[in-house]
Amino acid sequence: MSEIRATPEPPCAACLRRSWLIARMSGHIELAWRARRPLPAVLALPDEQLIAALGGDGRARIEQAYETFAADLAIERCSAAGLVALCRCDARYPGGLNDLSDPPAVVYLLGRGAEQLWAGGEEAVALVGARRATPYGLTQARSLGRGLASAGVTVVSGMALGVDASAHAGALESAGGLTVAVLAGGADRPYPASKRALHRRIAAAGVVISEMPPGTQARRWCFPARNRIIAALACATVVVEAGERSGSLITATLAAEIGRDVGAVPGLVTSPFAAGTNGLIAEGARLVRGPQDVLEMLFGAEAPQLASARQAEQLPGDLRELLARVAGGMDTVAALTADGVGLDAALAGLAQLELQGHVRRTAGGRYATVA
Amino acid sequence: MLARVATFAIVGLDPRLVWVEVDIRPGLPSFRIVGLAGAAVREARERVHAAVLNSGFEFPARRITANLAPANLPKVGPGFDAALAVGLLVASGQCPPEALEQRAIFGELSLSGELRPCRGGLAVAEGARRAGFGGLIVARERAGEAALVAGIRVAGVPSLRAVADLLAGGDPPPEPEPEPPVDATGDGLDLADVRGHELPLRALEIAAAGGHNLLMEGPPGSGKTMLARRLPPLMPPLTRDEAIEVTRIHGVAGVHRRGGLVGARPFRAPHHTISASGLVGGGQVPKPGEVSLAHHGVLFLDELSEFPRASLEALRQPIEDGHVTVVRSQRALLFPSRFTLVAATNPCPCGFAGSERVCHCGELELARHRRRLSGPLLDRLDLLVSVTRPTAEELQAVSRTTSDEVRGRVLEARARQRARLAGTPASCNGQMDGRLVRRLTTASVRAERALGAAYERGTLSARAYDRILRVARTIADLEERETVELEHVMQALALRQHDEDDRADAA
Repeated sequence: MSEIRATPEPPCAACLRRSWLIARMSGHIELAWRARRPLPAVLALPDEQLIAALGGDGRARIEQAYETFAADLAIERCSAAGLVALCRCDARYPGGLNDLSDPPAVVYLLGRGAEQLWAGGEEAVALVGARRATPYGLTQARSLGRGLASAGVTVVSGMALGVDASAHAGALESAGGLTVAVLAGGADRPYPASKRALHRRIAAAGVVISEMPPGTQARRWCFPARNRIIAALACATVVVEAGERSGSLITATLAAEIGRDVGAVPGLVTSPFAAGTNGLIAEGARLVRGPQDVLEMLFGAEAPQLASARQAEQLPGDLRELLARVAGGMDTVAALTADGVGLDAALAGLAQLELQGHVRRTAGGRYATVA
Repeated sequence: MLARVATFAIVGLDPRLVWVEVDIRPGLPSFRIVGLAGAAVREARERVHAAVLNSGFEFPARRITANLAPANLPKVGPGFDAALAVGLLVASGQCPPEALEQRAIFGELSLSGELRPCRGGLAVAEGARRAGFGGLIVARERAGEAALVAGIRVAGVPSLRAVADLLAGGDPPPEPEPEPPVDATGDGLDLADVRGHELPLRALEIAAAGGHNLLMEGPPGSGKTMLARRLPPLMPPLTRDEAIEVTRIHGVAGVHRRGGLVGARPFRAPHHTISASGLVGGGQVPKPGEVSLAHHGVLFLDELSEFPRASLEALRQPIEDGHVTVVRSQRALLFPSRFTLVAATNPCPCGFAGSERVCHCGELELARHRRRLSGPLLDRLDLLVSVTRPTAEELQAVSRTTSDEVRGRVLEARARQRARLAGTPASCNGQMDGRLVRRLTTASVRAERALGAAYERGTLSARAYDRILRVARTIADLEERETVELEHVMQALALRQHDEDDRADAA
């Protein structure tokens, strides 16, 4: 956390103009991206070269608007949307982003955390994965999000359907857990629209962040561009579930490129939904079985023990034994009773564990341990 | 000459007295029926004509007018045939009028003159008794059902000729015996045949004991339907009043084939393609829907998420009020519908979430599935139980319970509830509303503290709190305890329905 200055400096005009230009030329960048020009190279171009290279027929008009850009108008728009803008010249600009070859000139922040000006980089983990996730993937994302957030680690993700949303939801479940959603469009625009409620909850308890000025609609190129911000904000990226051609693999590659740790949650070797994550592990990514593995990835041997693990030791003996059985794969009432636990005891015990937050009911009547 | 014969029209479930007046006078031969007669009644002309001739009577070649009074009551169905024919015989002097003073006649005629059974024998008999008739003539097949009504002599006759003989002073047919109740244990569906499924069986027992609505969640082929079918035999046997009510409804709807008193609690399992009015009742000529056919029994909705939203929404009134109101042309008809709802659903669209097989549903599909289920209906389902496929070991094991044992416990639990609920509108725990359940449930300090803590922490909504207390009350009743203890609350928690919020952000 960096210091909050009494009167935050407004972002500088040059950075705001750069940010405006990227949004203004979003369509041109989209064309270049579709023509397979590498995105980092495009985004690293200085302003004039960017206009010259991609402007095409609209060059003159863009140049004219560029000359007459009014920074105070942009700042006004920002505060009208309730966003805080941080430019690269600001000390509060998330340091991790500077590791990128094409860092955004300005990031726009929305939310309660924006006032505390979370600096990013330290103790933040990106949890990413496929939008089309299996219940297994969703459960893992949720329990990782929850476990990490309760250990005080910020959970960064993209608020997309599937794994991303579950990771955020998990982080929000823990008391005081901080979570950061990086959007491809303007931070004031919930995308996807179906996650409006989640957007609101994240803004209330954490931060929504974007490199696009308020109101900008996301184009397709914005998503890989957003992924680089996720990778750079976090000090480690964990891919929870990804098929062979998932966008979250791009995030993992970007993270590795800028020297961040990469982890992956293993899946069934036969499952196409886990081909990407299993592939990452085969290539040397850290195998992640739960929040504790991620904590060890971050802090090494001094990793703090998870709060729930500590609490579990205080459980009465029979409940602790029951919890151990559930963790060991006897995750249905039927399995527990087959193992000799009485039906009444199994039901009552599971309910108690659920109330105390050690297990949760999942699809098909299975119980999953909550890390 | 003028003749007057009493018969009945059934409006909703109510029998309404209808006078058939037949007037015969000189003129061009004709046969008219007036008095708001429906299509089947107008066709009665042809049936009556043929039946009268084929029974060896004479059909007068004169001007015949039949009036069905009161003229403002719409009359549908073939039940007026017999009364029309008898009226015609009396008006033409082929049958003495005196015997008709104290009798009502109800039935359809075949062209050969046979008296065929019509829907609603029991309802008509009740109407006849209420209208002060001493006797009722119906088709032989309906006599058993009609004879359930005390205080009226029911004659079951085979044909128009037999009716005429009876009216002429012939020997009445033997008094029909109300058929003995059908085996109340329900077609031999016993719990002893069930292997494994220990948790669902417990849920069935609680549902039977407290009249709680139940949702079963499980992959295809895990035995949800098989389990649901075994619920009605676990419930206490129908009382005579209940049986009469069920018989009346089933008789009017024409689903009561065996005649006599319905002995087993109904089990209705409409397919999900059913229309809203098929489910709750209605139609141009209002008929009881599946919810009323399941009155005092079980309504089983398999594949709950496949039912159209409109149908599920329509279920709210019957579940909440215990009856359905159908309004048709300035008349409101009341169909009773006090049933236990058992619903089954796959955990996800492909059905395999949480099972050994891999579920391939995307988040959008899951969200859609959940959305279809969500809403006020789920709030009415007190119990949620997951049904998993039994393992090979469980399939080979010997079953531990029989329906008789469970029924014994259920009966005692119900008796406790009746004593506690005397003087309230509820007759079992499942019918208690939030206020009642909080007033009538004494929980131990530990139980209250656990529930309170869960509520404070936001794990439970206020509505879920009441639901859990309701179920815990029943579990305590099953264990013959007056105070709800911590373990009862905990079991109820393990069988609780997902919360609305839970469902919304489970994504």
